Amino acid sequence: MGFTAAVITFPGSNCDRDMAVAIEEITGGTVHRVWHGDSDLPDGLDFIGLPGGFSYGDYLRSGAMAARSQIMQAIVAQAARGVAVLGVCNGFQVLTEAGLLPGALLRNGGQRFVCRDVALTVGTSQSLFTNGYFKNQRITIPVAHHDGNFHADAATLDRLEGEDRVAFRYAEPVNGSQRDIAGVLNDAGNVLGMMPHPERMIEPAHGGSDGRVLFESVLRAVGVAA
Amino acid sequence: MKVRVHVSLKNGVLDPQGRAIHHALEGMGFAGINDVRAGRLIELDLADDVTDAAIDEMCAKLLANQVIENYRIEKVS
Repeated sequence: MGFTAAVITFPGSNCDRDMAVAIEEITGGTVHRVWHGDSDLPDGLDFIGLPGGFSYGDYLRSGAMAARSQIMQAIVAQAARGVAVLGVCNGFQVLTEAGLLPGALLRNGGQRFVCRDVALTVGTSQSLFTNGYFKNQRITIPVAHHDGNFHADAATLDRLEGEDRVAFRYAEPVNGSQRDIAGVLNDAGNVLGMMPHPERMIEPAHGGSDGRVLFESVLRAVGVAA
Repeated sequence: MKVRVHVSLKNGVLDPQGRAIHHALEGMGFAGINDVRAGRLIELDLADDVTDAAIDEMCAKLLANQVIENYRIEKVS
């Protein structure tokens, strides 16, 4: 059986199709589109994607409402079983609000919505999502967010760094994130949240293909023939 | 029963919104502003038999994100 993925759509998601297309094109697998109000995920998933967007209009806090939606219980259960879960932008906010990742994403330090390509450095190549990069590799991936300012207490930040769980850092000031953190892994290493959009950088027509490596890494790590 | 939930950012958490308000007030000519922190007020209209424990749970599980925010529950009537 080939690579099998699910991409979740919340009310206000707007990068769900982009993520589904990226996964399909790069892995050659099957992508199920799942509505937030569903209670079950398809069987035999290798990968779950939480897309960017503005779920529930960012009411209360970005990602707060989506994190309490019906499908999240199934996602928490699959994450506990080791299924790869990627949250991009609003998806990252949802994962922190759901408690699957530490920290929180505050309003950008400069108050402005930031929408441009940014330089990142790869924090670790020892993960499901980053094994195709090398450590400290400089890559370019676009961001588009208002609330991407990663915050956690000092002990949590020290633990993330000590356990090699910072997947990506900004190579330049972008949003005021503590220790320039752009993406973090959970303690088991199978859940990644990141503000930059790898699915928007997968072919030369996008201006580069640095994001493609992330999906190839997952495919390789999961070990399923495409 | 009317309940007000006051949500505020924890000490040490950067508040860009508060900072922008601070700058705007100074730009308007107001002096003596040491700091501005912006929070959120949520008003709940609840049945009288809703317990204190349930109100606290609402705050802890949704209304405030305790990674970055504190909350205070005020019973109005």
